[in-house]
Amino acid sequence: MSEPSLGKQFTNGLWAENPVLVMLIGMCPTLAITNSVANALTMGAATTFVLICSNVVISLLRKQLQPHLRMLVYMLIIATFVTIADYALQAYLFEMSQALGPYVPLIIVNCIILARAEICASKSGPVRSFVDGVGMGLGFTFALTILGVIRELLGMRTVLSYQVLPEAFVPWVIMILPSGAFLTLGLVIGLVTWLKTRKPADSRQNKDLEAAA
Amino acid sequence: MTAELIFIFLTAAIINNFVFKYFLGICPFLGVSRRVDMAVGMGFAVTFVMTVAGVLTWIVYDLVLTRIGLEFLQYITFILIIAGAVQLVEMYIRKFFPSLYESFGIFLPMITTNCAILGACLFIQKFEYGFVQTLVFSIGAGLGFALAITIMAGIREELDFADVPKPFRGPGITLLTAAILAMAFSGFLIKR
Repeated sequence: MSEPSLGKQFTNGLWAENPVLVMLIGMCPTLAITNSVANALTMGAATTFVLICSNVVISLLRKQLQPHLRMLVYMLIIATFVTIADYALQAYLFEMSQALGPYVPLIIVNCIILARAEICASKSGPVRSFVDGVGMGLGFTFALTILGVIRELLGMRTVLSYQVLPEAFVPWVIMILPSGAFLTLGLVIGLVTWLKTRKPADSRQNKDLEAAA
Repeated sequence: MTAELIFIFLTAAIINNFVFKYFLGICPFLGVSRRVDMAVGMGFAVTFVMTVAGVLTWIVYDLVLTRIGLEFLQYITFILIIAGAVQLVEMYIRKFFPSLYESFGIFLPMITTNCAILGACLFIQKFEYGFVQTLVFSIGAGLGFALAITIMAGIREELDFADVPKPFRGPGITLLTAAILAMAFSGFLIKR
């Protein structure tokens, strides 16, 4: 099997193998911090930073790693970059870092990063790993933002704190509560699965219509 | 003192349930909740690792790292301790419950990347618990996770017989079920 082109590697993370919506990994931050769009974007940016850095470093070290110790080394590399991201957030975006609370250090155990280290970075060169990290990171941010927009819009009438829906709309408080997170993610995943599996059925239907005509 | 401990236990287990309030440990919650017996096993494995890791990280952070001013190594030390504790549990289960070990498969070593464990360790630092409180909190949080995953497995065994629309089969319907369960659990919140 030949390696996919770099462009394909990039778009892979955005849609075809979107970590949250298709691969169903990295659920904890997805559910926990999507109650507002600003939180979702910050979380996405922090995770993308850690993902890119750890992917590149692991890719550079891949020939030195012993198979049985590699997981431990991955965890240590990831934990180092998460510490950097956490301290940077505390220094420059203190309120945001308070709002995200323990979910910033929890990036360490985000399965996306470990999965990409194992699937991509441990087998390919630094450039490909970098592109993969950017694609996967943006795909993750994309999924978080969709959920954030839906939940903030219906739960607080706002997007990024700008009021969008009129006063007459009664906010659905459930959407910013934990239960709304499960509800939104379940519906979005159902929608994505439907979009992905719909095509063949559609073309068959069209053929039936043509035959009937 | 006893009343405070009971309060910490109940808060960790039910009111601030790790799955339904903090969304920690969602991966095993979705992955290992197909059969009740496996869910119970997973729940107790997580409780055990959580207790060991919570107590060990408390000892290392409060008695070693803060004394020598290396707090910034917190995350790295925590993840090393958790990985060690998981190895310990893995060896124990493989030796004494080989059939359970077989059915866990990949999910046992993945407890290392279970955010519930690291989450518990971080919460213990945040709330500045003492030693006994740490012990009670970790057991409570672990049992809360076991409760959540067992309820879910019970429902999913019944769901196998339901006629679910195709795109929602698997994760979709599981998340929607979890939404209703979370709604029920939010009923435990104390009104101000």
